Amino acid sequence: MIKKPFFGFGKPKLDYADLGGLEQGEVKDIPFSARAVLFVEAPHPTVADVSFKVGDGVKTGQNLKVSPFSKATFTSTVTGSITDIAKKKDYLGKALLSVSIDVSEADEWDDAFSDGVQAAEPEKTGRYLKGLPGLSNIDALINPKTPLKTIVVNGMDKDLLVTTQQMVVKSQGDDLKEGIEYLKKITGNPNVILVVPPYLSTEAAKSGAEVRTISTSYPNSLPGMIMKDVLKQIVPAGADPLSLGVGFISAEGVAALKFAITEKRPPVTKVVTVIEKDEKTQMVRVRIGTPIHAVLNALDIPLEEGDRLVIGGPMTGKSIYTEDMPVLPDTDAIMVQGKDQLEHGADDPCVNCGECIRACPVRIPVNMLVRHLENSNYELAATEYDLLSCIECGLCSYVCEAKIPVFHYIMLGKYELSLMEKAEESANG
Amino acid sequence: MDNRKLFVSSHAPYWHNGSSIAIKSYNIMLAALPAVLMGIYQYGAPALAVVTFSISCAMIWELIMNFVMKRPISIGDGNAAVIGLMLAMLLPATTPWWVVLIGTFLAIVVGKQIFGGIGCNPLNPALVAIAMIFLSWQGLMDFNEALLNYELGFPMIYPLATLKYFGVEAVSEFTIGGLLMGCQTGGIGTTFGLGLIIGGIYLILRGLIRWEIALSFLAGVFITALLFNVANPAVYAGPGFHLLTGYTLIGAFFLATEDSSSPVNFIPMLLYGALAGLLTVLIRNIGATVDGVVLAILMLNCANPLLDKIRPKALGKEMENA
Repeated sequence: MIKKPFFGFGKPKLDYADLGGLEQGEVKDIPFSARAVLFVEAPHPTVADVSFKVGDGVKTGQNLKVSPFSKATFTSTVTGSITDIAKKKDYLGKALLSVSIDVSEADEWDDAFSDGVQAAEPEKTGRYLKGLPGLSNIDALINPKTPLKTIVVNGMDKDLLVTTQQMVVKSQGDDLKEGIEYLKKITGNPNVILVVPPYLSTEAAKSGAEVRTISTSYPNSLPGMIMKDVLKQIVPAGADPLSLGVGFISAEGVAALKFAITEKRPPVTKVVTVIEKDEKTQMVRVRIGTPIHAVLNALDIPLEEGDRLVIGGPMTGKSIYTEDMPVLPDTDAIMVQGKDQLEHGADDPCVNCGECIRACPVRIPVNMLVRHLENSNYELAATEYDLLSCIECGLCSYVCEAKIPVFHYIMLGKYELSLMEKAEESANG
Repeated sequence: MDNRKLFVSSHAPYWHNGSSIAIKSYNIMLAALPAVLMGIYQYGAPALAVVTFSISCAMIWELIMNFVMKRPISIGDGNAAVIGLMLAMLLPATTPWWVVLIGTFLAIVVGKQIFGGIGCNPLNPALVAIAMIFLSWQGLMDFNEALLNYELGFPMIYPLATLKYFGVEAVSEFTIGGLLMGCQTGGIGTTFGLGLIIGGIYLILRGLIRWEIALSFLAGVFITALLFNVANPAVYAGPGFHLLTGYTLIGAFFLATEDSSSPVNFIPMLLYGALAGLLTVLIRNIGATVDGVVLAILMLNCANPLLDKIRPKALGKEMENA
């Protein structure tokens, strides 16, 4: 954990990790686990509706329709038989199905995949690609509401200590070239920009795309900051870069596209940065769907009750209560914290020290915002105190002297606002 | 129940920079220590008694209010102790015990707790108390009268009072070096200029106070005093004298920078500090009271919510008015 230096009166200085001397060969392969879990997006699911059932066999790369009444599909990353289907909700309350699969040793590849990714209609392609590493949002790029002008391929990692995307840029620079060509084909030939930290610019140049470097200080790699610093466009508060015709995809996603079309098989493994209790990191390659305990066991990382397990990095990750959670297509990192390292909150009110104002990269009046959020004034927070400008970097909570969970309040505020909007929409028919 | 291990779950971020209200409070007290020790060295046991009694009373009032208001015990955060220390630093060494008792009541209960405790006070609690004491018992706050029986080897006259009533000529024996080394009468912790400056620089470098406020306050005092001095050197003292006498230095580094009652945005901080500095010299030179720091900062405390409305537009909000 990076503490405030003894002398220091500016904004916090946090830098993204770099790969150092790490080479491709040092990415450790995690063996197959006997059981895999896949999370499937399932709008309004009822388990009875689902078009597959416990006992069904699935093949690697097989694309399954979730229910006859919805368009949602998913691609299996393992071969085996389904043993359990359960309803789940994600961080923002979106409905999911968790599908557990008993994995057989040998992979049987589904043939439909290669036809699928070569299909002329992009919509068909998308259903096969979703669920592959780094591509959980590919649908939004293939079927954008606003025509895509630019796609930013992010070769920087989202969070501190994480080096997953950088590893892809470093070791698969050539793959990115073909991946980007295919990406252009399925998304209507937008301009593609590859964003990397300065030390990777040589490797990135192999991709043939326009390469832009950004400084490695946190939170420069978040989409809102890349829009501002690289594309010189400001995303209006509450809007998505997609509404300006700019899509984001990770470098790993692009590499996965290349693999999918040249190998005619879905890439089913994910590069993950594992952050240990002492903040040493190592890179592993894991089959998507492998439960996290299998990853930690393979690396001999002990985990005890009362420790913290985080999917993602230290600033923006999501902590989970059980190690049965699987590695998902967008799991870039797994972080473990010992119980003695946990920072506990306090119940002090804001003392108006102004540290959050210094730290906020988008100039939100956090000291006022948090007072309104604490009192559930979500609409006022959005209209007067810039709630929706937040790019979700977590620096305000990191520096808070009173240890107020500011970031938590902000996400709650955004969630509550989205519920209000939905309620309003349904009331208006 | 299965015997799965359960982990502690909470929202991101999982790192914290290690700062806390308690660390800040104890460091402010540490930074004030050189000036306080000098006061105790000069005035002896009575000064020590005022300081210790004031800190203890402030903490006890805080504790009582915690019980009365059924709130968690909050003396551990050190804020009450800081307020007690600040109040003691502003008082003369001979202050009677009952004034300290009432003063800490005014600071903690009236200045802070009735507004909701730490972070909610609109005015600096120590200044609220000192202003009320000054209005109620003017004789006790007259340093010439209060320190009548001391002979410390330098002129035992309160520089600002002498300046006001006898003009620049009468304070010519105060040198900058002497003022820096504490050769002047005044509050227990307000006379040792060098100590206050060292404490203030320490707090600024550690990021525990907002440097914009401290420096703009000093700049406000300096420029205003300079203008007066240039206009009429016979009546108005130079900027150096104003910077090193009275409550100026403790005001700049310890009082104006109190978190809850001061602004946090850049331009408001500069305005707040500079206007408080300006008002200080205005009150000293043409106002009715001898020292203007207390009333100037209290006045700007009132203006703080309005000043802090001047803030940059957040990212993505510029579009609306474009």
